[in-house]
Amino acid sequence: MAENNVSLWGEFKKGLWQDIPPFRLVLGTCPTLAVTNSVKNGVAMGLATLFVLFFSNIIISAVRKYISSQVRIAAYVVIIALLVTVADLFLAAVFPAISKALGPYVPLIVVNCIILGRAEGYAQKNPVVPSMIDALGIGTGYIISLAVMSSIREALGFGSILGFKVLGDWFEPWIVMILPAGAFIVFGSLIAAINYISQRKSAAQKALG
Amino acid sequence: MSETLNQEKLLVSSSPHFLKDESIPKIMHTVILALIPAVAASVYFFGLRALLLILVCVGVSLLTEYAFQKIRNKPVTIYDGSAIITGMLLGLTLPPDFTLFGAILGSFFAICVGKQLYGGLGFNIFNPALLGRAFLMATYPVFMTTWAEPRTIAKAVDAVTAATPLALAKFEGKFAPLTDLFIGNVAGSIGETSVIAILIGGLYLRYKGYINWKLPLGYLGAMAVFGGIFWLINPVKYPNPLFHIFAGGAMLAAWFMVTDMVTSPVTPLGQWIFALAGGVLAVVIRLWGGLPEGVMYSILFMNAFVPLINKHTRPRVFGEGAKEGEIAPLGGS
Repeated sequence: MAENNVSLWGEFKKGLWQDIPPFRLVLGTCPTLAVTNSVKNGVAMGLATLFVLFFSNIIISAVRKYISSQVRIAAYVVIIALLVTVADLFLAAVFPAISKALGPYVPLIVVNCIILGRAEGYAQKNPVVPSMIDALGIGTGYIISLAVMSSIREALGFGSILGFKVLGDWFEPWIVMILPAGAFIVFGSLIAAINYISQRKSAAQKALG
Repeated sequence: MSETLNQEKLLVSSSPHFLKDESIPKIMHTVILALIPAVAASVYFFGLRALLLILVCVGVSLLTEYAFQKIRNKPVTIYDGSAIITGMLLGLTLPPDFTLFGAILGSFFAICVGKQLYGGLGFNIFNPALLGRAFLMATYPVFMTTWAEPRTIAKAVDAVTAATPLALAKFEGKFAPLTDLFIGNVAGSIGETSVIAILIGGLYLRYKGYINWKLPLGYLGAMAVFGGIFWLINPVKYPNPLFHIFAGGAMLAAWFMVTDMVTSPVTPLGQWIFALAGGVLAVVIRLWGGLPEGVMYSILFMNAFVPLINKHTRPRVFGEGAKEGEIAPLGGS
């Protein structure tokens, strides 16, 4: 990738649609399925991931020339583990309830493929500023994905979003939506919907040009 | 002579040379006919509400299939009858006072996810009706396990909640009389209670040659024998073999779901494995699982193994030669 003529806006934007993490890259699916039974948990997970991703991309991009490529993965994991520990302890100290609800999934960010994927695929080849923007774009895309997933699951599974009732008393909650099976159903449906829209888009572009 | 030759050209084709007048619609319509006694029994024991549930399920199944195929630009196959069967079977396995919205949701899920997303009839791994029921079981666990006393048309009473014979046997150690189970005068899913009505339909299908006897017999036999072992050990705690095959969904499942042509194995040995393992599993869930009934999950579970069973029980094709490690029959090097 040419380092000079990179459009920073373009780097940010690709994380929001073209490379939106769980749906297009199919990375980071484990928390996507596990913690999206309520919007609060989903967004908290997204924010924690964004934090780790942002700083890991910056640090890895800054030191990319000093790490020999044979040991790079081990070196990246050490950097990521440090940041995850910070995020984990911060959540436990400031938001103990959320920390408890997310359970082991915060420490598991260390093996989240989005983070190592961006380190391997982007930060180690690009300077600090584009890497930072890349992390922001991908991280924001991840938060949006988790928010969409968890909104659908919470609305159908509890009849509420962020604890506020959005569906009336007539609505009988679909218990399945807060169970793992519901996570897979919503995840599959969203991937299908996104693929359908992007196919329509590329077909329309072909027709135009 | 020359006239005949002109009219009928000599057709040269590879085998098979004898063709039977069978088609998917014909088979499906026969299955629908075979389900009529069970539908009639459900209306007799649970009133017109049962008929309404079944009709809603059938209607939504057809509508879903039509809409899906229209949207995907595929040939519309609602006239082949397979969606009607899915709707009927789903409706027959619902409790009598189940919500209509739930029935709509379940039928939609059964056809859309259970059948069409896999590629339509013939490509689905799981029995669509059972998948729809499993989805409803996870979605509305309370409604799906709220049963009502049978209220025959003769004695029209309002819904009285009651436990099913299986729940009574499991949690209270009481066994319903076999004659009631045989006729169907017990609480349960609307189309599953009447053994006699299901048997009429099942035997008719067997007579028409559309179901393989190994599947229902293997499934019910495994349930009876495996359940019977524990009955012999402790007849007070465990129900007897006939109770196992008469109560709950065993009869309906054995004749109409285990025998689903799409989701059961094609090899003879595979059919035995599928049916026997399914029957044992159903009894295992009944006796030691958290739920009183295990028929639905046992079949869905075995459905998942069908591709594997088919692969490993394939009979050797004539001319294929010996397997590795075997003595070659002729001319092996």
